[in-house]
Amino acid sequence: MSTIVEEKTGKRQAAEKFESERPRLEFGGAWEYSPAPESKDHVRIEKRYGVFIGGKFVPPKSKKYFETINPATEEVLSEVAEGGAEDVDAAVRAAEEAHRKRWSKLAPAERGKYIYRIARMIQEKSRELAVLESMNGGKPIKESRDVDVPLALAHFFYHAGWADKLEYAFPRHTVSSIGVCGQIIPWNFPLLMAAWKIAPALACGNTVVLKPAETTPLTSLALAKICQEADLPPGVVNIVPGAGETGAHVVNHPRVRKVAFTGSTEVGKIIQRAIAGTGKRLTLELGGKAANILFEDAPLDQAVEGIINGIYFNQGHVCCAGSRLLVQESVAERVLGKLERRIATLRLGDPLDKNTDVGAINSKMQLEKIRELVACGVEEGAEIHQSSCAIPARGFFFPPTFFTGVAQSHRIAREEIFGPVLAVMTFRTPEEAVEKANNIPYGLSAGVWTDKGSKIFKITSKMKAGVVWANTFNKFDPSSPFGGYKESGFGREGGVHGLRAYVELS
Amino acid sequence: MELEVRKTYKLYVGGEFVRTESGRYDAVESAKKKFLANISRGSRKDLREAVRKAREAQPGWAAKTAYLKGQILYRMAEMLEGRAESFEKILRDSPGLSPAAAKKEVRASIDRLVHYAGWSDKYTALLGTVNPVASSYFDFSVPEPMGVVGVVAPNAPDLLGLVSHLAPAIVCGNAAVVLVSQDSPLASLEFAEVLATSDLPNGVANLISGHRDELVPHLARHMDVHAIADAGADAALSKQIGQDAAVNVKRVRRYLIADYFSEKAQGLDYIESFTETKTTWHPIGV
Repeated sequence: MSTIVEEKTGKRQAAEKFESERPRLEFGGAWEYSPAPESKDHVRIEKRYGVFIGGKFVPPKSKKYFETINPATEEVLSEVAEGGAEDVDAAVRAAEEAHRKRWSKLAPAERGKYIYRIARMIQEKSRELAVLESMNGGKPIKESRDVDVPLALAHFFYHAGWADKLEYAFPRHTVSSIGVCGQIIPWNFPLLMAAWKIAPALACGNTVVLKPAETTPLTSLALAKICQEADLPPGVVNIVPGAGETGAHVVNHPRVRKVAFTGSTEVGKIIQRAIAGTGKRLTLELGGKAANILFEDAPLDQAVEGIINGIYFNQGHVCCAGSRLLVQESVAERVLGKLERRIATLRLGDPLDKNTDVGAINSKMQLEKIRELVACGVEEGAEIHQSSCAIPARGFFFPPTFFTGVAQSHRIAREEIFGPVLAVMTFRTPEEAVEKANNIPYGLSAGVWTDKGSKIFKITSKMKAGVVWANTFNKFDPSSPFGGYKESGFGREGGVHGLRAYVELS
Repeated sequence: MELEVRKTYKLYVGGEFVRTESGRYDAVESAKKKFLANISRGSRKDLREAVRKAREAQPGWAAKTAYLKGQILYRMAEMLEGRAESFEKILRDSPGLSPAAAKKEVRASIDRLVHYAGWSDKYTALLGTVNPVASSYFDFSVPEPMGVVGVVAPNAPDLLGLVSHLAPAIVCGNAAVVLVSQDSPLASLEFAEVLATSDLPNGVANLISGHRDELVPHLARHMDVHAIADAGADAALSKQIGQDAAVNVKRVRRYLIADYFSEKAQGLDYIESFTETKTTWHPIGV
């Protein structure tokens, strides 16, 4: 027995030695790609956008507009209406009338056909929408093209089919719609979040007033145009751009019957407080600080790819990002070596370049927040590892970064950074990994990497998180319920579970 | 005539019958204003102790098999059946039900426990899903317990109301801290003896008596309570629960049940309210 152990230990030591002695890859110019920019000729951006109410773009009664920019170049793309109280009121009234007179009276199968039509139209405009998304939000074109837009249309396609099958989803209940839904979405997946909110609401017979994030209104407004072109009855979808104040008007409007919010935990708590006692329904999809747990028996190269995707996908602007890596001590050194080498190969730059892995940070404000937390990580004594990639002179960019020597108490291990910054910690036993992973107020997602099936089931079942990825990360699908435990919010989006938030049962 | 031995109704915390640490007691009288018993006026500290015990007990309880949880709930029904007559007597004294009404409430409470005992190994199959994702992954969703549930039981019917909200919360693996009826808590406090003799692990169900106005805000603000079943607060107190609950994004369900004897006062929806949905993804490959 002991000889076997020794032999194994010997092999491992040899492997580690091999790893450390192996010549480091020198990338130099070998990884430079020629620019491959996606063209933007076919993208039409209006000089100015009004609010979309009752099926029409109208000038805001607030008379206020704000500029929306391209965060990769800081150039102004357009001027967008900032909805005030009167605009929100008009939108809610239009939605209420559309619900009463048209949408709730329509045969469910016909409702479904409108939603199918929207899905098809997104598909047909997918290239335009992908480019627009990358221009307005800074995300790499390969992500908006391959993830955001296809998933957005899949959400419409999926929910369209539910419209006439709701009685099957809720047996023993009579299902009816709720009325006007007020929906507030974030800037990290602008079109996709609009789809997550609008598609189930419409399928269940509700009408909506949607407020896109202030930095990324353009694809929501493009979706408004699609609703027009799809001949969706006026008022079924209303879009009122603006900032936090506009959102507050939506939440507090007395005729809004349901509020759906995706955003920070801080604002989520304010909303929960605000609607207490009103009888409004609420779903919240809030912040996260997911742990990616890497066991020594995992396929390490595959796991490192998963970790990279988990934290650097969409510049880390992902509520379910794997922003904490818990790596088993025995393999920590090897994994960190691989990570360090891998981040050096990530291509940072023009979001419209098809080779770009890491695009622009969404806004100056967000960049400042990331810088502040990273500075805090250094100050608190963690060791910083950063890609030495070139940073473009204009626009908001932050290099892929990870910290080692992180303590559970460090701010970078507890607070959501919402940027390309990973905090690495180690563990010895599975129990310790579970304890550390769950020791946080958030509970949106988690990752587990191991080759052992029984371990996967044991560890995933112990994660206090709504979505757990085993040997993968950051996967989404309209048929798969998404949402958090604890302070990451409540309610689910997607799947049969997601319908619950948009129906009245009796 | 032999002198009656009066019973002191204590709190039930962590499987023990304890006096309130506050040293405060309230008298409970019958409908005819006859003194029946002193009960503890639970304090914030009692409540915190109960939450601590509940939090300790919850993971172990959740880890028990569904089969065993069902057996334990069924045993609660057996224990209540065995003590049916003494519960009827208490209900006749306070809140002063007629013999027929007292009997009806005890019978309904037993039936409700049996109903939920049978759910223990079935709700997962009905609330869980396998999701047909458009990629090569096995993707499934299962209901899991939320953790510690705070129950504000209705003032009436006190026994059936307590059972109707406690049973669905614990059958799916949560631990509960219950504020029992303020107006007529005797049968609810007596129910602790059923809990104590049903093999329910200590701390899974904790019963606190006292004043709602004083206790509810602490329950709603407690950081280790994950959800509130609000079945007994008036509109103003309900609103306050909703506001206080935001401190840690608690799940709050408000129940306005007109008839606790109805079939509508039981079922899968009550269990679903206290589950979280966890979705797990795993690649399919060789």
